[in-house]
Amino acid sequence: MPPETGEAILPQSECREIFGAVQQAAAALGVSDVEALFGAHCAALTRFANNTIHQNVAEQDRWLSVRVAIDHKTARATTNRFDPDSIRGAVSQALALARSAAPNPDLLPLNERSVNSETKRFDSATAGATPQHRGQAVAEAIRIVESAGQTAAGIYSTGQSAEAIFNSRGVAAWYAESMAQFSITAMAGDSSGWAKASAVSHAAIDPLALARSATEKARLSNDPHEIAPGRYTVILEPAAVLDLVGQMFGDFSATAVADSRSFLTDRVGKKLFGENIHISDDVSHPLQAGVPFDGEGVPRRKLTLVEAGVPRELAYARSSAQRAGVEPTGHGFPLPNEVGEAPLNIVIAGGATSTDEMIASTERGVLVTRLWYIREVDPYEKIMTGMTRDGTFLIENGRVSRGLRNFRFNQGIIELLNNVEALSPSVRASGEEAFDMVAPAMKVSGFNFTEVTRF
Amino acid sequence: MKQLALEALDSALRPGVTYADVRLVESRDRELGTKNGKPGQVSSDESVGIGIRVLADGCWGFAATDNLTRAGVESAAALAVDIAHSSALAKKHDVTLAPEAKHEATWISPCQIDPFSVSVEEQLSLLTAVDEELRRAPGVTLAQTSMIFNRSRQVFVSSIGSVIDQTRTSSGAGFEAFSFKGSEIQKRSYPNSFGGQHQLKGYELIHELDLLAHAPLMAEQAVALHSADQCPEGRFNLILDGSQLGLQVHESIGHPIELDRVLGSEANYAGMSFLTLDKLNHLRYGSDLVNAVCDARIEHGPGMGTFAFDDEGVPAQSADIIRNGQFVGYMTSRETAAAIGQSRSNGTMRATSWARLPLIRMTNVSLLPGEQTLDEVFGGVSQAIYMETNRSWSIDDKRYNFQFGCEIAWEIKDGQRARMLKNPTYSGITTEFWNACAAVSNRDHWVLWGVPNCGKGQPEQVIGTGHGASPTRFHNIKVGAAYAA
Repeated sequence: MPPETGEAILPQSECREIFGAVQQAAAALGVSDVEALFGAHCAALTRFANNTIHQNVAEQDRWLSVRVAIDHKTARATTNRFDPDSIRGAVSQALALARSAAPNPDLLPLNERSVNSETKRFDSATAGATPQHRGQAVAEAIRIVESAGQTAAGIYSTGQSAEAIFNSRGVAAWYAESMAQFSITAMAGDSSGWAKASAVSHAAIDPLALARSATEKARLSNDPHEIAPGRYTVILEPAAVLDLVGQMFGDFSATAVADSRSFLTDRVGKKLFGENIHISDDVSHPLQAGVPFDGEGVPRRKLTLVEAGVPRELAYARSSAQRAGVEPTGHGFPLPNEVGEAPLNIVIAGGATSTDEMIASTERGVLVTRLWYIREVDPYEKIMTGMTRDGTFLIENGRVSRGLRNFRFNQGIIELLNNVEALSPSVRASGEEAFDMVAPAMKVSGFNFTEVTRF
Repeated sequence: MKQLALEALDSALRPGVTYADVRLVESRDRELGTKNGKPGQVSSDESVGIGIRVLADGCWGFAATDNLTRAGVESAAALAVDIAHSSALAKKHDVTLAPEAKHEATWISPCQIDPFSVSVEEQLSLLTAVDEELRRAPGVTLAQTSMIFNRSRQVFVSSIGSVIDQTRTSSGAGFEAFSFKGSEIQKRSYPNSFGGQHQLKGYELIHELDLLAHAPLMAEQAVALHSADQCPEGRFNLILDGSQLGLQVHESIGHPIELDRVLGSEANYAGMSFLTLDKLNHLRYGSDLVNAVCDARIEHGPGMGTFAFDDEGVPAQSADIIRNGQFVGYMTSRETAAAIGQSRSNGTMRATSWARLPLIRMTNVSLLPGEQTLDEVFGGVSQAIYMETNRSWSIDDKRYNFQFGCEIAWEIKDGQRARMLKNPTYSGITTEFWNACAAVSNRDHWVLWGVPNCGKGQPEQVIGTGHGASPTRFHNIKVGAAYAA
């Protein structure tokens, strides 16, 4: 395969060769069940603040993670050295750890089924983007913000990553992708605006459009007004939706439900959210990214997490699936671990209402660009707290009337997803509090702002 | 390691490079855990690599690699220089560094019992015993335990001639008891949430924590919380235990005093700070009882932010941050100290690994102990609410408005614990909160807590920080807003 597919940082042939050495080392120690995870990334990030590039970095690393299984015991040893001694060292370390552990009756024999996905998400221009490419894009974005009399801060990152899994029962899977992100905050005297995008190809990102959007938000939120906290109709832009709603997807784990630490405990199959809420997990969605197999090499399959407001399917690793008597869904984390599995490729179905139409239909409400520092207050009611940030606006009589000082919210996600009045078409959205998702903007009634901060 | 680091430095010192430093880091981790009597995480990790930072054209460039061959290191050095030159595409001024002397030193953190020499069997056996003890309590639906150990050796060399070889060993351990009943999930953690206590110590920390002895009470409290009254909403005298106060210090003192944040470096991600430069030596941060330092020296204690030199070769120091309530200092780097006209960095630059750039990070940001006994802290008012062990934490991006939740609380009447309260939360504005500080307990109750998961930077770096704190009382604090209808 040519290097432009990601082979350059983690050649499949080298993985096979190293896995052969892993098997040989394991056999010499009397171990036949062995698994090797490989990872590699080569990434660069140009960071700017105060209208200047102030940090500019690149890193490359690879690792080999060996897991052995003996007598219902398992353990893992990881190294980033690929020489023969280090490979043997990782195998013997994993074996020593496994021998020290107590047997786990839930531990299954190594996975025997895997399919190399046809999913291709690699753009060689993005993987190999130069510091000069990033620097020029950043300089142009800064010029837009600066010409508006504002100050810019942000990042432009480009790079590639690859992962592979091999085991002694025949599993062999490999995947590589490229990724670019551009994020910008524009700051005026007492206000700010923010925009961010990510994509497999940097050609799909328009840094200048993002800079203009952030600048416009900073301009519009100038001289922010303080209004009393309380319950408001809010319009959450897609990044705010993913950052807040994204906090619940770890609970769509069969292990979390079995452990009674999920808010879905006793709630799967019951109406929990509004009829207009449909959420899936779909690694093959055209706007998604990520490895198409799990930590044991099981291919990820599409899950219907929520259908018309009803939580339907959970993610299952092999062992949680065995306990439940169902098929694994390909969402397990590398073993051994305590948490089991989670969906990582969320697609929240959108609607047909544009954000502008949501604003036009709102007599009095709040438009939220971005949320920040979201943490769980109550694990079963799924009440989350956090702040608005970088573009919070008052809507009056169907139009954005002025900027607002930022709010603290204490909002239950269950309640929120029962109060969604309108959804925009879904887009690939990128925030900072949850992983990237395909998500819509949402118009939500009765959103609970509890305090106002000083800016 | 030293030779390789020096070769990398030579390679980085190309025409146009005015400063360079190199960190060659070798680290080793062990992570163990149990869940409901079964093994959880049983793993080890070893990583070695090199990070090269250069100043060229007045701009920074940084490149890191795990390829430690001569060609790999030369390639990384060339990339760092190329990146620095590209930074000049958007440059406003040349980076200036505050002066620093050349240092040559070797330092190994105190470690009485090497945690990697203790058998995994012994470590897992203790965790399994704790796990079993937690599950003895009827109503405990999930028991989890964990231990984590790290040893990291770093050779730092720089173009001013410094050669610094440091080895740090840290340990951490803790457990959690969960209880699900009806429509509530309650939890108790010992000795703290975030995986327990974390310090720059060896296995002696695990002995000191005496995990097994504390398991029954934590399990009992996790279950009892279901029957407790909801924490009321209103304004109350509030007493925080040391671990929660440590996190309060972290969020509302530690982050705002990072000078890179004040100057805008983190504006796009971690945020900025309300502590603008005009506030230095002018802001009344807290009451007279509030004294805070940023102290990386071993004399301060074996904290997660303790070292001999920071990651740009500046010796560990103690800097006053708040003196008798007055704001008097930031955490600085060589670049930011120079930017505000200070003559020297106070040594707070740290990187998560060889692969990441050093940033200003909290070392040990501590509230110094007061003079009051625990009885005086609890008994100094007729009524108060006492909260213990963090459950949630959030603060705005300039560090004004915060809200914390704790696992458990008690109503305090005349210095004594009265009824247990569940789901306690409190909130406020940073300076109003610290100005409401009414009593700080003395050194007998002061503990250097470890926060293992502080995030900052792009790409993000998660690092451990230290926070000394003792139980402290505040007056007229807003309680319970998170659960208000």
